[in-house]
Amino acid sequence: MIPFDFEYYRPESVGEAVQLFEKLDRLGKKPVYYGGGTEIISMGRMNNIATGAVIDIKAIPQCTAMELQDDHLVMGAGVTLTQIHEANYFPLLAQAASRVADHTIQNKITLGGNFCGTIIYREALLPLLLADSEMLIAGPKGEKNLPLDQVFNQWVMLDKGEFIVQVRVLKPYLSLPYRHVKRTKEDKIHYPLLTICAMKVDDQVRTAFSGLCDFPFRSPGMENELNDKTRPVEKRIENALILLPCNLPDNLEGSAAYRKFVLSSLLASILTELEV
Amino acid sequence: MFQLNSEGLINLEVNGEVRRVLVRPADTLLFALRERMGLTGAKPGCENGDCGACTVLVDGWPVKSCLMLAVEAVGHKVTTIEGLDNAPIQKAFVEKFAFQCGYCTPGFIMNCQGLLDLHPDASDEVMHEWLQSNICRCTSYQEITEAVRSVLQQAK
Repeated sequence: MIPFDFEYYRPESVGEAVQLFEKLDRLGKKPVYYGGGTEIISMGRMNNIATGAVIDIKAIPQCTAMELQDDHLVMGAGVTLTQIHEANYFPLLAQAASRVADHTIQNKITLGGNFCGTIIYREALLPLLLADSEMLIAGPKGEKNLPLDQVFNQWVMLDKGEFIVQVRVLKPYLSLPYRHVKRTKEDKIHYPLLTICAMKVDDQVRTAFSGLCDFPFRSPGMENELNDKTRPVEKRIENALILLPCNLPDNLEGSAAYRKFVLSSLLASILTELEV
Repeated sequence: MFQLNSEGLINLEVNGEVRRVLVRPADTLLFALRERMGLTGAKPGCENGDCGACTVLVDGWPVKSCLMLAVEAVGHKVTTIEGLDNAPIQKAFVEKFAFQCGYCTPGFIMNCQGLLDLHPDASDEVMHEWLQSNICRCTSYQEITEAVRSVLQQAK
């Protein structure tokens, strides 16, 4: 049971949601936007979140849309991971989504919730980092389309009252060669020891990682080293790992040395399989 | 816009019947089912989305009712184990001895019912993926797998 009270609102338009947030904020309710709600409920039960009002975005049509429009795939922030997996418009994203938590929870976790929650892995972001995605953001100053790297850099950078409405991916990225690998310590369903998404774009490999740092990331510097075909694969990987944006974690999921071993091995396989 | 500002009455459609239910906005669907509606089939286990004992169907999809607010279910169709009537998967659980203590059984059955309804042609791989959402501390996994497989084979 959640030991405190909050108000529940289910707006039916983006504008209504934004206005509601501003109004509730002025009233001191500390509102939060609510997607699947799995994290808000589990954190609320433990008294690890404080809010006086939740704004459920799942009745906003733009937030639940998922369709091919002109040259883009458009996915609402309220689309569930299961819906992404079942629709399979973007197979790399479908595969990444199908490895977050377990199948039943994927019926509840939303794309926006996976980005904006506090769990550090955010694995559904990895394919989008590779695909030059855009996000439609709504807030008190209106709506804007932004490249993903302006919305996410280690964490989601939204101003107060803003929320992610949709994600857009250009169609050509949907069918490029890719690899998705998730390794866990024990069972299939667990937080990642590490997750790698890789995509081959114009004969170059792009890579994004989760489980290696406190945030998912894509590193252009590492990609430059991985694509340096003047060197043998082992040297390319060795040089790339020097550019990791953090020290590899040493924790219950695995030691830093083990992570480095697994990471090197998987990268070697991926480079071979993608013929890069 | 639907809203609930404090404890109040909402309409929930559960097992084909619309009922007026008194809830707080912060009450989970699991709490409302058990404590407000007397439907105790969905079981509280971890109440953290890990064990699956509280699984119900929402618009046909398995959902852990401990991770859904009761107010979120307004406008949706909820099915609990009480809403099944000697379904093939229930018979199969009995015939295959797919339980021991029985505490996890309603959650497992609802998850399996969702699988059978949505993917009657499910492969073994898909079946295993779905079954990983539930935990049985008596470790009846082999028998549960056999029960689901037997119903899937009948459907095929």
